[in-house]
Amino acid sequence: MEIQIENLSKNYGPQKAVDRISFEVKPGEVLGFLGPNGAGKSTTMKMITGYLAIGDGDVRIGGKSVRDHGDDLKRHIGYLPENNPLYLDMPVIDYLTFCGALQGMTPDAIRRRLREMIAVCGLNAEKHKKIGELSKGYRQRVGLAQAMIHDPEILVLDEPTTGLDPNQIVEIRNLIRELGKAKTVVLSTHILPEVEATCDRILIINQGRIVANGTADTLRKQATGQEVIRLRIEDAPLAEVMNALRGMPTVDTVEVVDKELNRLELQSRTGMSSRREVFHLCVAKGWVLSELTPLETRLEDIFRNLTTN
Amino acid sequence: MHATWIIAKKELQSYFDSLIAYILLVLFLGFSGFFTWLFGSDIFMVGQASLQTFFSIAYWTLFFFTPALTMRLLAEEKKTGTLELLLTKAITDRQVVTGKFLAALLLVFVALACTFPYVVTLSYIGDIDAGEIFCGYAGLALMSGAYISIGLYASSLTNNQIVAFLLALSIGLFFHIIFEVLAGSFTGITAQVFATLSLNNHFESLSRGVVDTRDVIYFLSLIFLGLFLAEMSLTKRNLN
Repeated sequence: MEIQIENLSKNYGPQKAVDRISFEVKPGEVLGFLGPNGAGKSTTMKMITGYLAIGDGDVRIGGKSVRDHGDDLKRHIGYLPENNPLYLDMPVIDYLTFCGALQGMTPDAIRRRLREMIAVCGLNAEKHKKIGELSKGYRQRVGLAQAMIHDPEILVLDEPTTGLDPNQIVEIRNLIRELGKAKTVVLSTHILPEVEATCDRILIINQGRIVANGTADTLRKQATGQEVIRLRIEDAPLAEVMNALRGMPTVDTVEVVDKELNRLELQSRTGMSSRREVFHLCVAKGWVLSELTPLETRLEDIFRNLTTN
Repeated sequence: MHATWIIAKKELQSYFDSLIAYILLVLFLGFSGFFTWLFGSDIFMVGQASLQTFFSIAYWTLFFFTPALTMRLLAEEKKTGTLELLLTKAITDRQVVTGKFLAALLLVFVALACTFPYVVTLSYIGDIDAGEIFCGYAGLALMSGAYISIGLYASSLTNNQIVAFLLALSIGLFFHIIFEVLAGSFTGITAQVFATLSLNNHFESLSRGVVDTRDVIYFLSLIFLGLFLAEMSLTKRNLN
């Protein structure tokens, strides 16, 4: 089932939480929902899952509008809300059974899926404990297990890896990747490496609006119109090097990063590359080029550029 | 219907898991047993094979116990955020409210069923009026239903259990006694309106064995009104 979101808006009083956003997620795709706190990520997810009514616009799941078929569609969605709320006084098994039953599963199907989910989420040692006795990481796994117990076609995960240790984070990411091959997954996060590691596509949202939409690579390409390289040229007077570099036709700006070590940062003109020219220049002048690193724009920079204003 | 029952079962389970059920059962049976059989104007003092004493004790004990049963039902879910989890499952707001209502009502039924030995004992002492006793129990059940649905509404308004408890108690107090007092201090149509609103009047005629559809309708409308308002206040999250 695919999710189509058309001109979705939601106001909290005079404040626009979500402002006319449109996007689409297809089966087999993991969409990373990125944005600063209060950007409207959770509100959007709550509207997709049917917890909040849609303000304006529409959310369509498998072609059906959430407005009209909200209650039927819930069965196809697995949702892990923000902060992972759980019934702390219930044992893990009872809780998962309860969630399965609410999604309309038969007792047989619940028993089968329960065993699977406990294995997949690594809950075997903890399955008889009360949820309140579990550590945060295990609670998070219970939260994921309850979202997946009924084998939904759509998974909506609001910050799925908060509170997990680095090993668990890797496990959960792999799990999400695995699930994402067959299902439609929307996950929100503000951990940037996580998006790169798990998501096929990234959606950056700020103040209720979409400010970027694409794969990590396309976002990078859009952001890096100009090539930036870091250089270290030894055995040469800095001033002379600077002058020579600035004189090259492909170079836009040159900045000194470290005077002692002769480290420079060089930005080429749009669409041009200066790497070969720099090499030839050094050869001609007999300087030692001991470092030449192309700088990729990091996702962090893109994010900060798009969401600070 | 199925989902409603799943909710009810889970809530009932958590009443018994958290000891609330046992504490309330012991307190209810202790209070009502003490005053019915041992102290004050008890059955032996009255000297009639009638459970009238028990009904008027239970009328008060249940009034205080039902808010304690209902206070956490929705308030706690709102506070911990589990309500969001619940309402994004394949279940409607109404099913959640009705399921929780049923759980509390069933617990009250259990408490009332535990007083069945009273009836048996009484039948050895003298001739009992089965119809009257049945009506008394039905009255208690209907009254509890009304206070549970009021309690659910109170619980849906706040995420603090104490506030929910006190709110339910103060709304209940109007039906329990204040309307009756007001009815006594007015005349004419105003007095009639208050007398109709007073739960006490309707309960008393039922517990005396007089089945009047108006009484039953009164209780049922209180129940439905409470449940409806509770559902509305859950649905309110959708209003801008």
